Amino acid sequence: MKFNTMTAAAALALVTPAMLAANPDAKLVVNGQIEMTTETEAPEHLDGLRTIRSGWTFRTEETQSLQMDDFDNPAMIYVDEARDAWYAKDGAADQSCASCHEDPESLEGLRAELPKWNEEAGKVYTAEMYVNECRTERMEAEPWGWDSQEMKNMTALISSVSRGMTVDVQIDGPVRETWERGKEIYYTRYGQLELACATCHEENYDMNIRADHLSQGHINGFPTYRLKQANLVSMHNRFNGCIRDTRGVPYEIGSEDFVALELYVASRGNGLSVEGPAVRN
Amino acid sequence: MDNVRPRVRTPRSASAGDVATIKTLISHPMESGQRKDSQGNTIPRQIINRFTCDFNGENVIDVTMEPAISTNPYFEFEVKIPESGDFQFTWYDDDGSVYEETKSVEVS
Repeated sequence: MKFNTMTAAAALALVTPAMLAANPDAKLVVNGQIEMTTETEAPEHLDGLRTIRSGWTFRTEETQSLQMDDFDNPAMIYVDEARDAWYAKDGAADQSCASCHEDPESLEGLRAELPKWNEEAGKVYTAEMYVNECRTERMEAEPWGWDSQEMKNMTALISSVSRGMTVDVQIDGPVRETWERGKEIYYTRYGQLELACATCHEENYDMNIRADHLSQGHINGFPTYRLKQANLVSMHNRFNGCIRDTRGVPYEIGSEDFVALELYVASRGNGLSVEGPAVRN
Repeated sequence: MDNVRPRVRTPRSASAGDVATIKTLISHPMESGQRKDSQGNTIPRQIINRFTCDFNGENVIDVTMEPAISTNPYFEFEVKIPESGDFQFTWYDDDGSVYEETKSVEVS
């Protein structure tokens, strides 16, 4: 008898998360000030979706509310750390980020356009690549690892000053070739499970894959604070995790393939707001 | 311990007798002592084991914290504010460090 009661209690606990699924009309306003677009018409180049929805709309109300106030958003701890690093001199040239850029707010708008074409380097640049170029070329300091805590903190800070701005990534001109490569990766099936990005995030979003509520996989909230990892997570780390989950061999974090994928996936979210650092499960 | 930063949100002003919501967050790894590193050695426990809040010298909340509390512990609680004064927040680390923060509130 006692066993039955316990089973019933366990079954109830399993049902609960679905009952907490978020209200579809919820509005994302951060700090009562920054209004975000969480649902809008898909960009023209995107045939697979009619409307695009921020990953925020797929999360439970508790997770959603964490992102609505900077005090509650655990990612802001890391943004504060990056703010300290911004003003700290490092490297042989005795310079800090502030030596050239003054305040982090001077980079407002940058995150909305990334990744983008870097004419001098002749290739597509992500936030991580810009940060490391500054570190090695101007500060004469050691580059940070793509997925290091320092780098994630800094890209979170850079993203945070653009929050609420509309993602507008260029897909034509010199970036086209890289973009096409990213698109190819997006629709290629990987691993023993033979899953492409599109299998989950385009054809089956809003469904559950086991206990996980599938989003459309936009990256406007990155770097994002994942409750599961209790830390910031970079885009490439998430790409890596997805391909690993297909039981395939992922590309290297920071590789040209993942940069191409980042460009393509970012462009799918053109029209949403920059949310990073967002909070996800 | 380095790199520990307390954050507190309190109201700047209130009416006498108001009940205010206080939010506190401190960045800390809260290493449980249960995990092992890549060589298989136990990573020693290091957590914040106690958190207190006083208002004008009177204790408001005194929390004993245990290893299962996750990283960057967050506390939210309500306080009745009888008069103007100072909130004193204190966190006690296993390694003996004490982290403090003070916030004033003006009662009109």
